[in-house]
Amino acid sequence: MAVTLQGEVLIDGTAEGPLFRMAKPISFWGGVDPASGRVTDPRHPDHGASVSGTVLALSETIGSSSSSAVMLELIAAGLAPRALLLGRPDAILTLGVVVAREMEIGSIPVLRVPVEQLPQDGYARIGEGGEITFAS
Amino acid sequence: MELDAHERSIAEGAEGAASAMAMRIVAEAGRLLGAGCLIEIASVHVDGCLYHGDSSVHFIERLVAEGGRVRVPTTLNVGALDLLHPERVRGDSHFRDMARRLMDGHLALGCTQSFTCAPYQSGHRPGLGQHVAWGESNAVAFANSVLGARTNRCGDFLDISAGIAGRAPYCGLHLDRNRVARAVVNTDAVSSALKGTDAFYPVLGAWLGATLGEIVAAVDGLPSGLSDDRLKAIAAGAASTGAIGLFHIVGVTPEAATVKDACGGGEPEMEVALTPEMVRQTRDRLSTVDDERIDAVAVGSPHFSRAEFAALAALSRGQKFAIPFYACTGRDVLSTLANSGEQTALEEAGVVFVVDTCVVVAPILPEAGGVLMTNSAKFAHYGPANTGFEVVYGSLSDCVASAVAGRVVRDETVWR
Repeated sequence: MAVTLQGEVLIDGTAEGPLFRMAKPISFWGGVDPASGRVTDPRHPDHGASVSGTVLALSETIGSSSSSAVMLELIAAGLAPRALLLGRPDAILTLGVVVAREMEIGSIPVLRVPVEQLPQDGYARIGEGGEITFAS
Repeated sequence: MELDAHERSIAEGAEGAASAMAMRIVAEAGRLLGAGCLIEIASVHVDGCLYHGDSSVHFIERLVAEGGRVRVPTTLNVGALDLLHPERVRGDSHFRDMARRLMDGHLALGCTQSFTCAPYQSGHRPGLGQHVAWGESNAVAFANSVLGARTNRCGDFLDISAGIAGRAPYCGLHLDRNRVARAVVNTDAVSSALKGTDAFYPVLGAWLGATLGEIVAAVDGLPSGLSDDRLKAIAAGAASTGAIGLFHIVGVTPEAATVKDACGGGEPEMEVALTPEMVRQTRDRLSTVDDERIDAVAVGSPHFSRAEFAALAALSRGQKFAIPFYACTGRDVLSTLANSGEQTALEEAGVVFVVDTCVVVAPILPEAGGVLMTNSAKFAHYGPANTGFEVVYGSLSDCVASAVAGRVVRDETVWR
């Protein structure tokens, strides 16, 4: 069954991909390998999983402000998530996307959503205007 | 988020492509942070000159190529290389080349060649109430708390963009209402003997960050006239274990003459009592192992000051270290030590100086790994993940005694 949710657009764009709802907040710097897209923080429950190509949902972003640079690296390497769904707007990960767009490297949509209302998994489609559809 | 007419013209390219891009990035950050407008700033401390990947180098070099130049005095945090002792840092030629290009690119934009995480001990000291845009968590906490300047934590890209645009998003800790203490910490149960030792202050900071996260607190009951080094230890500890960008020390820091002042004339939302047991638990959590083995000692996070080197020199006079003892500092502090002859004396004891960078952000420690002893809460917090070393926390005199003995020696009396 399809579920539809309205997100607040922080960075516009359309995208689709498998939903990856992270079990816990993460610092991309020191937590995600910019050369592979994998979660490398051994204390994180999603250790070993890849963020690449996913619609990545995070309740909040924590930790180092160098996470902006990791996001830029992921976009430049083609290893970024296809979209970010954030419980709280941030100026760290999203700023990495802003800089990638400024440098004409690429961009991904970033939406603010009530993360707790998202399904656990499934396939997510983000349309114009921030409408998100989830199919199981 | 509204730009004024001048800012809008800069964003549209009236003062060149680099200023335009910088202004747009600052404005986008403001929009994401919920700021209503930007504010002119007096200075910047840039954290973004530490190499994490090639794209950041390309970003900085693009700003340089398009004629970018900082509009306000801008200091630099550490890079990934020790430019004065290139052999200290391991790395292949690509890493060295890119790390160097990132540092050089920032210099070409007009930043000062400071390469230190303690810029406030190298003359960069904005005044009470001045708006600035700083990066590096310990420096942000120090600037807000100890100097009474006003800054949010500016991450990579926002920091240098703010320097070029001369503006920062007007929100967060720039606003009076967000600088008021919401918690009061009572420290009466902690002995004055413990409060008289340097080793208490990193632990206090680590407890503050772990307990309060990002809540502004006023800490009451500490001795008046706390040194900059003790205050920087609180700032570094609190900003490592939590997201603390501002704290007040009653009777010491400029926005906290009294508890009431720190609380903006109102009542705090919460009161917390710090007990000796909490202090011991926090101290123990800074160590990841509990036995005698150590393989190296590292001090200087944040970068060691002149006064800290004087204390180290007094403790290590006539001693010989059995294991490597790294002291991380800024190049200007090292040059004063060189001029006074203290550098030679410290090197005779076995001190290895690391400048422009530090052992937790660059591959400097022996590759074999092992156990690292430190007097820094920040090294203790980030050491295991960043270096693979286990860590043991101790006072500076514990670190010296342990380096001489080649095994962990700690004086427990003051902690009991």
